[in-house]
Amino acid sequence: MKKAFVVVMIALLLLPALFAGGKAEADAAKTVRVFGAFVDEEARRFEEAIKPFEERTGIKVIYEGSKDFETLIEVRVSGGNAPDIAGLPQPGLMNTFAKQGVLVPVWSKLEGLLNSNYAPVWKDLGSYGGTTYGVFHRVNAKSFVWYPKKAWDKAGYKVPTTWDELMRLQDQMVRDGVRPWAIGIEAGGATGWVGTDWVEDIMLRTAGPDVYDKWVSNELPFDAPEVKKAFDILEGIWLNDSYVYGGKNTILTSSFGDSVSPLFDNPPKAMMHRQGNFITGFFPDDIQANLEEEVGVFALPAIDPAFGIPVLGGGDQFVVFNDRPEVREFMEYLATWESGELWAKAGGALFPYLNQDLNAYPNAIERSLAEALVNAKVFRFDASDLMPAEVGAGTFWTGIVDWVNGRSTNQVLADIQKSWPR
Amino acid sequence: MKKVDESGSNSLISTSAVAFGRVAISILIPLIAFVVLWGGFIFLRDSNASQGVIAVVAIIWGVGGIALLFWVADYIVNKAPLNVAQKLQPFVFVGPALVILTWYLFLPTMRSLYLSFFDASSKNFVGLANYIYAFTDSKMLEAFGNNLLWIVLGTGGSVGFGLIIALLADRSNFEKVFKSIIFTPMAISFVGAGVIWRFIYAYKPMGEDQVGLLNAIVTFFGAEPKAWFTLQPWNNIFLVIILIWLQTGYAMVIISAALKGVPSAIIEAGRIDGASEFRVIRSIIIPYIFSTIVTVSTTIIILSLKIFDIVFTMTNGNYGTEVIASMQYKQMFRFYNYGRGSAIAIVLVIAVIPVMWYNLHQFRKREVF
Amino acid sequence: MIQAKRFNWKILVNIVLIAIVIIWAIPIIGLFISSFRTQSEVLNSGWWTIFKGKGKLTLDNYKRVLGGSAYTFIDSAGKTVRASGDNLSRAFINSFTVTIPSVVIPLLIASAAAFGFAWMEFPGRKFFFTAVVALLVVPLQIALIPILRDYQKLGLTGSYLGVWLAHTGFGLPLGVYLLYNYISTIPKDIFESAFLDGARPMVVFALLVLPLSVPAIASLAIFQFLWVWNDLLVALIFLGGTSEVAVLTQRLANMVGSRGQDWHLLTSGAFIVMVVPLVVFFSLQRYFVQGLMAGSVKG
Repeated sequence: MKKAFVVVMIALLLLPALFAGGKAEADAAKTVRVFGAFVDEEARRFEEAIKPFEERTGIKVIYEGSKDFETLIEVRVSGGNAPDIAGLPQPGLMNTFAKQGVLVPVWSKLEGLLNSNYAPVWKDLGSYGGTTYGVFHRVNAKSFVWYPKKAWDKAGYKVPTTWDELMRLQDQMVRDGVRPWAIGIEAGGATGWVGTDWVEDIMLRTAGPDVYDKWVSNELPFDAPEVKKAFDILEGIWLNDSYVYGGKNTILTSSFGDSVSPLFDNPPKAMMHRQGNFITGFFPDDIQANLEEEVGVFALPAIDPAFGIPVLGGGDQFVVFNDRPEVREFMEYLATWESGELWAKAGGALFPYLNQDLNAYPNAIERSLAEALVNAKVFRFDASDLMPAEVGAGTFWTGIVDWVNGRSTNQVLADIQKSWPR
Repeated sequence: MKKVDESGSNSLISTSAVAFGRVAISILIPLIAFVVLWGGFIFLRDSNASQGVIAVVAIIWGVGGIALLFWVADYIVNKAPLNVAQKLQPFVFVGPALVILTWYLFLPTMRSLYLSFFDASSKNFVGLANYIYAFTDSKMLEAFGNNLLWIVLGTGGSVGFGLIIALLADRSNFEKVFKSIIFTPMAISFVGAGVIWRFIYAYKPMGEDQVGLLNAIVTFFGAEPKAWFTLQPWNNIFLVIILIWLQTGYAMVIISAALKGVPSAIIEAGRIDGASEFRVIRSIIIPYIFSTIVTVSTTIIILSLKIFDIVFTMTNGNYGTEVIASMQYKQMFRFYNYGRGSAIAIVLVIAVIPVMWYNLHQFRKREVF
Repeated sequence: MIQAKRFNWKILVNIVLIAIVIIWAIPIIGLFISSFRTQSEVLNSGWWTIFKGKGKLTLDNYKRVLGGSAYTFIDSAGKTVRASGDNLSRAFINSFTVTIPSVVIPLLIASAAAFGFAWMEFPGRKFFFTAVVALLVVPLQIALIPILRDYQKLGLTGSYLGVWLAHTGFGLPLGVYLLYNYISTIPKDIFESAFLDGARPMVVFALLVLPLSVPAIASLAIFQFLWVWNDLLVALIFLGGTSEVAVLTQRLANMVGSRGQDWHLLTSGAFIVMVVPLVVFFSLQRYFVQGLMAGSVKG
């Protein structure tokens, strides 16, 4: 009885051996695998934007996106399973991989495209040690203040063009019984980054781009007077309870995306929100449907007129891990406006190409943001994305949280400076 | 008569035939088993048959194949002379587990140990520098203290509630329903748990409608709403509550199974002797299931040492809630500092030594053949 | 008199249990109700206001999660297209394909090992057992890179087999430890009667220990199922994240959008993911509850 059972089992198990053909046939078409951090609707729009390339060349591009990009990319690269191309959200990440020697530098044809289609700053941001690796695609601009148009019109507020006007507007709003600002910095494992953006904007306006660059490289220590000055200015807004909806507790506990919603209450509970262009995706659906009528946006005014209004921004750069002809072809496509056009048309994405058609953007707001970005006299990349991760994704973020929660400016700045890796 | 004749004249041939047959079978069976298992392996790895087929084959291969492996290993071992067989027997049982554990966990741990003596990019030897960091950095020290809190409160709470609920449910009419509800949080992933408890701890300014249950209750009684996670040091306790909520079901299930195994005879004996219910529980039942309580506590202690998702998603370690596993993740996957990340992982292994020692102590007391 | 005492106990026990269970269930009820509300309502009022009759309920969250995210994009003809992402059926199948073998394979290996540790003498027994307990604390992240490298050499990356073996490896410490605890408490006399009959250890294991350990094996099955079903990282690394092979947890995680703007989908998503493990729990429940010692001493 038992022997029969064993025989039957062996027979059953022999069945798969019959199926054990060979490996799945190699893909007939050439394939390029791209891995990035954007998912969901944005991934879909990216796939749509690159369809013209696929139809033209017959090369199949498979995009995989993941919210856990920061963990996955490192494991896959170190584990020997790197994608052909990856879209890196921070230049610091590109530096890390370049240092490891796993990136393929741009080749002459691609370099030519970079030189003709982009402002020089984008090539610099994609370079490490004098060699260029990255091709920028979708970018974002950050130094903007959003406001509910209809409520402003009703209250008679005017868009401030200088810092003094902004400060006066704040006080006016308080007198009218509403809070000027809606601010929230909660973001799970990235809580605090909103504060870093504010500090960076203020630094650019009070210390200027050259000092900003020194700050990024730590040539200017983090606890230098220039940085302290920026924090003091921030303190004047953030830590003044009458200026911020819900006070410091709301700043700490409100998630960055939800924090804009008080602007669209009826009546609004706050009147201004400083954030990058992606925030439009967080507006209530009915607001998003009527963006131009409901929402206004202005650039954060200059503080020191000498430094004007610089633009702070960020962006994804595509880098190559595996060099193959079809991979090269796709990268060259990414360096052209065509690869972003359909995404720009769908909304929520800005692109840096010099020869882009501004009319592609779906509304006046995005058009003005794109214009500001492309024509910026001074453009700087988000500092916390440039600094070493221990600071930019570490102590700078947690420092902001501690600072809002009551820690002294000097203490916070000293801690951050101490944490800078030697 | 004919039979005797036949067997007599054919005896030499038949004996050697039988002997040959035996040897052949001894070789053939393991060989066939090997082919079968290898074939299954290749099929599962390479085939592009429909997913349903692959899944079914996997289950058959998993159960049958592993069973076959054990049976064949046992078969081979038993062919050996008796004293050799006896020595090899246990390894038939523990062998596969040990091999897999070595490959998947033990060797990577050794690799981490090795990397922990090097710098961030694993190029330069730095000796004990990473360990000095791990034991002197202020955030790490904060994490040690917090993990201790997690261990004590988290384990005490989960096991305590698990035990109480198991005991109560055992004596109730609606045992299955109650146990199922207590168990349900376990079925929720940490991500889901994060969303749920957001609705408990959420904060809205005074005067607004509260969205979080706790603040709704607090404001109902006229007090100001609180940003619970920012209040030190209580915020750690608020986080541990989430763990207790999640893990009590686990403790309850295991303790409950153990409770069912307590012989009713000795319980009745205690009751007949006039002992109160509490006495029976304290002096008869609990000692009987003590080893289970140790096991459950050990696993929850270790979970508390490794606690990550709850802290990372709810506070990111801010407001004084940092824990060791969160530091390890940040060093390893955010700052790409392999040296420190590996050192912290090894520190976790070191931290579990007292638990190991206690379990070893229990282990020695067990009977063995 | 004794009858009256017993009767009081039961009522008290039930009352206390009901109280505990209600407190336990409140967070889940909160999530459940929230999953039927729109995002703006969730942001502005508590879920309990439903009981006062305020606010509307909607099935939108469930529709979006089950039917796939709603996208709008511009196609190459310049038209705005409103489309749906893939629904979750593929992800469900993928999750099952990953989970079931990842539960079944470690169960067998762990029970055999637990039996060996519990009832057999061999050199290094104490050392290996202590090592197994120590491995419980190892964070599996440190194994990801070395194992991925090994898989690349073996060609296992992106295969279901690779992820089954990985889950087996990561789940074995707990499995061996829990089953060891259970198997070592089986009374010695049960084995002695078997050995008197001349049975070999493998036979004793297969025909005696396994059936007796059903409550523990069932418990372990549900824990391993839960852990693998809710896992995200291991599947992403060893199997991949493209739409063909993505598991349920991955699809849900991505559905909240690149910056988490659709987090309200997590409310319904959490329940959808939760349904299957709960069904498994209910069907395995009777195995935990069964009394085990009755009748086995006779053997």
